[in-house]
Amino acid sequence: MNALAPETGLLPGFSDPVAQSQKVFRVVLEAMSRPGTIVAAHTVASAPRPLDPVAAALILALVDYETPLWLDPAAAQPAVIDYLRFHCGCPLVERPDQAAFALITDPKSMPPLSSFYLGSDEYPDRSTTVIVQVPHLDGGEGWSLKGPGIRDQAILSAGHLPAAFKAWVQDNHLLFPRGIDLLFAAPTHVAGLPRSTQLEG
Amino acid sequence: MSTGYNFAYLDEQTKRMLRRALLKAVAIPGYQVPFGSREMPLPYGWGTGGIQVTAAVIGADDILKVIDQGADDTTNAVSIRRFFARTAGVATTEKTREATVIQTRHRIPETPLSEGQIMVYQVPIPEPLRWLEPRETETRKMHALADYGAMHVKLYEDIARYGHIATTYDYPVLVNDRYLMRPSPIPKFDNPKMDNSPALQLFGAGREKRIYAVPPYTSVKSLDFEDHPFEIQRWDQACALCGATESFLDEVVTDDAGGRMYVCSDSDYCGERRDEVEQ
Amino acid sequence: MYVAVKGGEKAIDNAHALLAEERRGAEEVPELSLAQITQQLALAVERVMTEGSVHDRELAALALKQAQGDAVEAIFLLRAYRTTLPRFGASQPIDTGAMTIRRRISSAFKDLPGGQVLGPTYDYTHRLLDFALAAEGAARPEVKAAETGLEPSPRVTDVLRHQGLIEESGPGADIPGDLTRQPLNFPAGRDLRLQNLARADEGFVLALAYSSQRGYGNTHPFAGEIRMGEVAVELVPEELGFAIDIGTITVTECQMINQFKGSKTVPPQFTRGYGLTFGQCERKAMAMALVDRSLRAEELGETVTAPAQDQEFVLYHSDNVEASGFVQHLKLPHYVDFQSELEMIRRLRRENAEAVP
Repeated sequence: MNALAPETGLLPGFSDPVAQSQKVFRVVLEAMSRPGTIVAAHTVASAPRPLDPVAAALILALVDYETPLWLDPAAAQPAVIDYLRFHCGCPLVERPDQAAFALITDPKSMPPLSSFYLGSDEYPDRSTTVIVQVPHLDGGEGWSLKGPGIRDQAILSAGHLPAAFKAWVQDNHLLFPRGIDLLFAAPTHVAGLPRSTQLEG
Repeated sequence: MSTGYNFAYLDEQTKRMLRRALLKAVAIPGYQVPFGSREMPLPYGWGTGGIQVTAAVIGADDILKVIDQGADDTTNAVSIRRFFARTAGVATTEKTREATVIQTRHRIPETPLSEGQIMVYQVPIPEPLRWLEPRETETRKMHALADYGAMHVKLYEDIARYGHIATTYDYPVLVNDRYLMRPSPIPKFDNPKMDNSPALQLFGAGREKRIYAVPPYTSVKSLDFEDHPFEIQRWDQACALCGATESFLDEVVTDDAGGRMYVCSDSDYCGERRDEVEQ
Repeated sequence: MYVAVKGGEKAIDNAHALLAEERRGAEEVPELSLAQITQQLALAVERVMTEGSVHDRELAALALKQAQGDAVEAIFLLRAYRTTLPRFGASQPIDTGAMTIRRRISSAFKDLPGGQVLGPTYDYTHRLLDFALAAEGAARPEVKAAETGLEPSPRVTDVLRHQGLIEESGPGADIPGDLTRQPLNFPAGRDLRLQNLARADEGFVLALAYSSQRGYGNTHPFAGEIRMGEVAVELVPEELGFAIDIGTITVTECQMINQFKGSKTVPPQFTRGYGLTFGQCERKAMAMALVDRSLRAEELGETVTAPAQDQEFVLYHSDNVEASGFVQHLKLPHYVDFQSELEMIRRLRRENAEAVP
């Protein structure tokens, strides 16, 4: 997993996969169990553009040959594809609703959240987890969050998202227990927005 | 630390599978996520679900506490703590306050939990409706429809027959006003501690291959009726060792002529109180 | 003065030391070698391999030695070892039609191509304790004629299939499921059911099969064919793209042929029940085939009435590692729950007494 392959130009993954996967997972677990909390990321040294190291670390830690991955068109570059195939061995799928995980590197042109797999009433856990790479988590429109994991309320201000994003998230919550779960990957931090979270206003 | 096996015993592929299940469990509080439970080197029914969850979560910086019946020194707690000391080399503690991960069977510590702590419950039977409906295909439908009438009827029959609900442990709860959940066989005395807890609560059922979770600050309501509100056990006695009146007490038989005494089931809590008195 | 029970650590260490002592037994008796176990307790080894889902005689022998001959404990040891092994891929389906036959019998036809080959079997032994064996070094009777099938022995089910008298076995799943990696969901496909039955406890499967013969979901079976012998295992490595032979294993296969009156869409024909084990676990293979057929009730439009036809009942309770663990977990302390129940019983009794004037 940490093999350096300079002759192919392939970037390395985790230098210590066991310890780093665990650290990244705990970041994600914290982010998902306390929606809206900005959690300091654990990252890899570098990732092939346009993939950011934080988003790359999330994928390395969670995705493998058992989890089909969907890449947005901006991410579906040969360098990214080779990198993910080599380090994760994950199948890449054509349609967002076939994916267990989805990676969005260009949120402005991302498809609506309803185009991912939403799970079924009996197996809501099978829905897609959508990783959205954002430039920051504090400069956008501030959303007021309520729900499990939130003591009173939390504010999340993820930036650079499509205008309809908030409405998508609200619609997604209404499907509960079905629905997708969101992970935001900013350059140094991570935040989670599971389907259980309600956006006020 | 034991070599020849991966950190915390499980291979990375298995951990990723568990971690993905845990994240979905957190996203759908109280819903039982099926997972590819592995055969552990400890027997099914002895905490394999909790062990798999702990193995997926734990890192080198964690401090682990393991309790069984509230005590750190019961044989199975010792055995599980040793397993992680051996395969992960993590620090262990008996102090609730010091622990970052607490694996438990049948109790929640008396010392209040705090933010950043993770409780891992060992679960024998995860399905709250199992005694009412043995079929998984049926109970899955009931959860999908939030059709929990059967459980209310069962509890109401108790009231009709005994005057109150006769369930004393593994008392059913409703999580986030949506999923009916089995809290594992903790005494109902501990149920209120689950409600709006600052800690993250994870549940692992190895043999039954289910993982579920209650995120921090999540509503966990013990089922009851307006005219028969949920209530917890109370003792007339105090702990014979530390004098506690607010803790769960174990009855200890001292002779065969009816002699008995009561002591805290939580050995760390009891010890801490005795230390305070001594100082 | 009461002191809270302490000393779990010491007690466990001591238990392990005592166990080691019991396992070794009297020092003056020579210690068992793994070779002795694989050679002389081969059927035990084969059961452990089958239910342990690992084909490795040495490891199964070690497990049996470590478990003092307790098959279920040995199966558990092997399973726990198996969990963390890396997976390189799945083999090609084995071709039992090309088996090097050591035993092959059919109760459906008197004679058939390849013939009946009795092979090594207890079937016609008189179950008289052989005291010569106790004396060790009993004389080995000479094997009269090489009874190995030299001419091709087509499977009985294939013979019937050519005449359209038995159902097609169907294409099967593209990628067979693996319930050691993914949780079982219902309804479970036949691939997963067969995997579950192959790993299932022999005693449990035997009892279920027996119940199906006694009227709890009768399947009207004939032992179409039982064959035991060596088959090649082939694997297609990703980088090569063609099959290579990775070894030879001994298996026992049982094909049950069951009566079927037909339905609205299917003409009357025979149906199949299938059993396969490592080594010579013939009782298990036969029982498995009966239960496999019983579990097909739903797909064949039969009414599910008996335990052996009930997927959830059979698949959830067949595994002896799961069952043994959960039954024996009752040994763990339950003080807290028991205390809660005590409190409740006392309260109910008190209230009862108060209610009675």
